[in-house]
Amino acid sequence: MLRVFPFFLQAAWVTIQLSVLSCAMGLVCGALGAAARLSRSPALRFTGATYVSVIRGTPALIQVFILYFGGPQIGIQLEAFEAGVLALGFNIGAYMTETMRGAIISVDRGQNEAARTLGLSRFETFRSVILPQALRLMIRPLGVNINALIKGTALVAAISVVELTYTAQRYIGSTYKPFEMFLLAGSIYMVIIYVTGLGVSWLDRRVALK
Amino acid sequence: MSDRPIIDIRHAAKSYGPLEVLKDISLQVQKGRIVAIIGPSGSGKSTLLRAINDLDPLSSGEVWLDDIQVNKALPPRQYETHINSVRQNIGMVFQHFNLFPHLTVRDNITLAPKMLKGISKAEADQLAVEQLNKVGLLDRIDYYPSQLSGGQKQRVAIARALAMKPKVMLFDEATSALDPELVEEVNLVMKQLAEEHMTMIIVTHEMGFAQDVCDRVLFMDQGVVVEEGPPEVIFRNPSNERTKNFLRKHLKGQH
Ligand SMILES: Nc1ncnc2c1ncn2[C@@H]1O[C@H](COP(=O)(O)OP(=O)(O)O)[C@@H](O)[C@H]1O
Ligand SMILES: [Mg+2]
Repeated sequence: MLRVFPFFLQAAWVTIQLSVLSCAMGLVCGALGAAARLSRSPALRFTGATYVSVIRGTPALIQVFILYFGGPQIGIQLEAFEAGVLALGFNIGAYMTETMRGAIISVDRGQNEAARTLGLSRFETFRSVILPQALRLMIRPLGVNINALIKGTALVAAISVVELTYTAQRYIGSTYKPFEMFLLAGSIYMVIIYVTGLGVSWLDRRVALK
Repeated sequence: MSDRPIIDIRHAAKSYGPLEVLKDISLQVQKGRIVAIIGPSGSGKSTLLRAINDLDPLSSGEVWLDDIQVNKALPPRQYETHINSVRQNIGMVFQHFNLFPHLTVRDNITLAPKMLKGISKAEADQLAVEQLNKVGLLDRIDYYPSQLSGGQKQRVAIARALAMKPKVMLFDEATSALDPELVEEVNLVMKQLAEEHMTMIIVTHEMGFAQDVCDRVLFMDQGVVVEEGPPEVIFRNPSNERTKNFLRKHLKGQH
């Protein structure tokens, strides 16, 4: 047990990196996706809706496989870690698209009317009135997305990224202790998720309306 | 005071699908005049008011503010610029206040002037102080809307609209969402505006208030102006049966 612990810590660091990078990418995809879905252009709205329904309608594992194993066939050659980040980020981005869109459209319609009535443009209204309120509404549901993302990083064990799940599997062979190995990996996931949850709560409290 | 109307609505009509909400309504309001619009729920009062700043665009007809046509047909981009500048001249107060909950009272009032009039922070602060003094809420300048009573919220909303120095003010049932004991403080602010000769169109269910402050009363029903005239005439001696019926119901509760 003690002997393998350092390797698990190293693997945990990989899981954290995967999570942070794909979360960042997911937030970008989510913001773009939400902007597209709420756009006045039908083409953009269609693109956004297609992104969401394709990603949410297929298993994340298939998406990872398509990028990593299928990529080279169409000239996309990626390291396993890179493919993992991209696939996970693109995947969670679709869920974040819906989260962000939901938060934006749930800001009271009267807010938009009041701002437009004062003479603010669409953009000024969005930036100064709608977005600040939507950000508050989206922190907790984005926290739920991030929770799912962290657990979802386990999928990239299937393309041999040496993260927590992969590491647990690997040391079963030398220790013959699958129960302990998976329990250890699970506990570390839980710590990561717990700390992330604290961060989300803190952020939520910080920006809560007075 | 000139005879030229500051608000001129010409043959306004509006439909939602088969439902005709406004049917050929014309209305002129002279500078400094105060018009009340009364009528049953669903008669099109809000729709008419919201057509004035094109929040609910008309299906046909024209709205003019001074010498500018508000609902001018323009390509989308030009229209945006046009309507944003027109709206700066039209203050609007809503039934549910619509204060910005994430901003302090001060920032609620100064957001638009800072953004649209390029005034400095000091000037903006001065403006907030001025407007809050007017509505008697200077001591609440650093509060958030959630820390205010309904009456206070509505007074801040009025101050926010006034901070743009509008040429006209539109009130859409400004006191309908308030507890009865909070109505008077908002009415007082509106009366004070009347004394300063602000041009106003006031949609209201308060017949007493309409009688006190308005120069002219319009009674609307089913998308048409059924009857209009000075308050003495409309309230004491209406000629139309529908007006009489409506007033019978509404004055009963008040006296
Ligand atoms: N967005 C809308 N879509 C369909 N019908 C609407 C819409 N807005 C208002 N209406 C209808 O228009 C009529 C007039 O509404 P409104 O102007 O709000 O009346 P009032 O303010 O006099 O109560 C009502 O019958 C209402 O149901
Ligand atoms: Mg109404």
